[in-house]
Amino acid sequence: MRKSVSYYVEKYRPIIILVVFMIAISIMRPEFLQPSNLSNVLRQTSVNAIIAAGMSFAILTGGIDISVGSTLAFSGAVSAYMVLNNYNIIVVILVTLTIGVIAGAMNGLFITKFKLQPFIVTLATMTIFRGMTTVFTQGRPISFKSEGTGIMYRFIGKESLFGIPIPIIIMVVVYILGYYLLNHTSFGRYIYAIGCNEDAAHLSGINTKKVKFMAYVINGCLAALAAIIVTARLSSAQPTAGDGYELDAIAAVVLGGTSLAGGRGKITGTIIGAMIIGMLSNALNLMDVSSYYQTIIKGLVILVAVLLDREK
Amino acid sequence: MSECVLQMKKVTKEFPGVKALSDVDFNIYKGECMALIGENGAGKSTLMKVLSGVYPKYEGEIVFRGKKVAFDTPRQANEAGIAIIHQELNMISYMKIYENIFLGREIKTKFGKLDKKAMVQKAKELMDEMEIDLDPNEEVCNLSLAKQQMVEIAKALSMNADIIVMDEPTDALPESDVKNLFRIINGLRGKDIGVVYISHKLGEVFEICDRITVLRDGQFIAENKVEELDEDALIKLMVGRTLEEQFPHVEYGESETVFEVKNLSNQYIHDVSFSAKKGEIIGVSGLVGAGRTELAKTIYGAYRAESGQIFLNGKEIKSNSPKEAISNGIYYISEDRKGDGLILDLDIKSNITISCIEKLTKNTIIQKKKELEVCGGYRDKLNIKTPSIHQKIKNLSGGNQQKVAIAKGLITDPQVLLIDEPTRGVDVGAKKEIYDLINLFKMQGKTIILISSEMPEILGMSDKVLVMHEGTIKGEVDRKDATGEVILELIFAKRG
Repeated sequence: MRKSVSYYVEKYRPIIILVVFMIAISIMRPEFLQPSNLSNVLRQTSVNAIIAAGMSFAILTGGIDISVGSTLAFSGAVSAYMVLNNYNIIVVILVTLTIGVIAGAMNGLFITKFKLQPFIVTLATMTIFRGMTTVFTQGRPISFKSEGTGIMYRFIGKESLFGIPIPIIIMVVVYILGYYLLNHTSFGRYIYAIGCNEDAAHLSGINTKKVKFMAYVINGCLAALAAIIVTARLSSAQPTAGDGYELDAIAAVVLGGTSLAGGRGKITGTIIGAMIIGMLSNALNLMDVSSYYQTIIKGLVILVAVLLDREK
Repeated sequence: MSECVLQMKKVTKEFPGVKALSDVDFNIYKGECMALIGENGAGKSTLMKVLSGVYPKYEGEIVFRGKKVAFDTPRQANEAGIAIIHQELNMISYMKIYENIFLGREIKTKFGKLDKKAMVQKAKELMDEMEIDLDPNEEVCNLSLAKQQMVEIAKALSMNADIIVMDEPTDALPESDVKNLFRIINGLRGKDIGVVYISHKLGEVFEICDRITVLRDGQFIAENKVEELDEDALIKLMVGRTLEEQFPHVEYGESETVFEVKNLSNQYIHDVSFSAKKGEIIGVSGLVGAGRTELAKTIYGAYRAESGQIFLNGKEIKSNSPKEAISNGIYYISEDRKGDGLILDLDIKSNITISCIEKLTKNTIIQKKKELEVCGGYRDKLNIKTPSIHQKIKNLSGGNQQKVAIAKGLITDPQVLLIDEPTRGVDVGAKKEIYDLINLFKMQGKTIILISSEMPEILGMSDKVLVMHEGTIKGEVDRKDATGEVILELIFAKRG
């Protein structure tokens, strides 16, 4: 059976938008295509892309998690504090990720065990984690110098392996694992089943609570992973770190063609969505658009992209 | 002889593969109460949906007040003066009585402001007329079901309805409220309104109605005055058909009891006990809302059992979730394919393997090749007609969807299969295939609990029939004694 052009446009819409977008920018600003600039864009995109990967899990189950920005801030602050006090780097990383896991588990617990709405639960935990960050940092940045653990820690954010910046490598690994989980394991199958029809999934013998719980744990853990990159790059943890990141992540997921109603979408779409957002900022910078206007344009682009992608 | 306010003539309504109504005549008379009677699936609600514009496409005609009419939307029918009071009431719980009565037709002052005073006043008048004592400012959620129903009737009156259709109005009402409802219906008759009364409770029909129309299998059977009939004659009209060879019954032979339910109770079912043998089909009959699905879902662990025991092969089993029930060898195939039976947005393959996907993984990776092979096997065995196993469920016909639902159960290799309304919305050809599949499964020595609202299906397939009503088992009938009359009599038998 021959498939029409519109079928392929439908199927690969995010990547088509991305390519058209890249061509348009490079016509206006040829320097956009320079390897150093592209590498820069990818590195800047990696943090949002990693958070958005986790967000994909929550959204595919039909939920959402708006606490990821605060989770990032708190886990980042703790990691900076530990680096400052020269803890072993492995310990720092493990503790930071564990904080993310605990934050996600807390969301998951309230959502599954107490059957509260994901938006409300994560709205509350967003506020709580942000408050905990302010208390922990006393409202001041925690900075560390390039000595002891600090040397190694900064390496994660600033250096490259085989010429590829480490954040990009981390991002790629996250997406490979995410793709594998969603497409090749029963867990992934269950995520989609729950997002499409939770009642039917439950009656089919799926432990829906456990699967949803795990989706939020993954989400929290990836937010903490993003925190490591942010903190390592800046050599400091800001109390306001990650503010608004949840919205960028949600935007990336939606731009990637995933339905907010759950059950439909691909994690490969999410990384493209994240890149569209990242490249947009980069292009606007190259074109010397004031950052005041940038947010307006970003919002409009999201609106237009989602409009193109809505159900016919 | 009172005059006919509405006539439906030769109404035929087809759904893909199913003729829900064929050449049905239905009359409503001014100031009379017309009962609309038939078994589940006889076409009563389809007929009412045609009348009220829910199904704008049909054959035949509707003559209302001497003029031919056709309603495209329920709203049009409503405005023309046809009000339907559904079984599930259509009230907005957190709004006040008067707000509900005037919803969408609010009285406004000439400045466009809501004229609350006028609405409250009018609502009060309506309710006084009906002799019900309610404060129009009360929120609907604080009212009993009976009171809410009365508000709905008041709403119908406020629209100057000529016809009020009541779908199972007494289903959830206590005895005392029924009397009150009858008083109000008598009042409606006095206002020359034509009332349509749909009910399974035959006693009430004889008490309140003037005439009875009987439907069966989407066909018009009879219209009689109540005094021309008695309860036995009515049941005969409802059931009256011979069993065709459509339901091949197969004999498994003597076998031992393997499945036992003892005193199972929760909020839906009360003290249910029964036992089933190897290779036996237990039919569960009863009206909609009798607790049959709830019984199945309790056995399946989807609802919690508060007390009681379940035995399989002589050992007590506990199923606190469908997951556990499946591992105990029980599977439930839902009556509601779209609701909780299948995942419409996923493909055939994912649906078939959803309950057993963990068995198809190796080192956590799904063996996709093996999965395709297994699904292909089931597609051939069950004759699921589809161009591809990757087709989404929502693109399949009802019959093929049902086969996927069955495949999804069989693949877990259950010993006890609970199958709920297996042929609902399924065309005739596929029905036969589904019966054959059930029989095939039976001959493998499995136990089947078959829930069905279709009497011929129950009588044709079952080795034993359980009759349920209001959450309890009213009786157990052996295949050789089972007839439609016997079962209906058990359902309608007075308590105590």
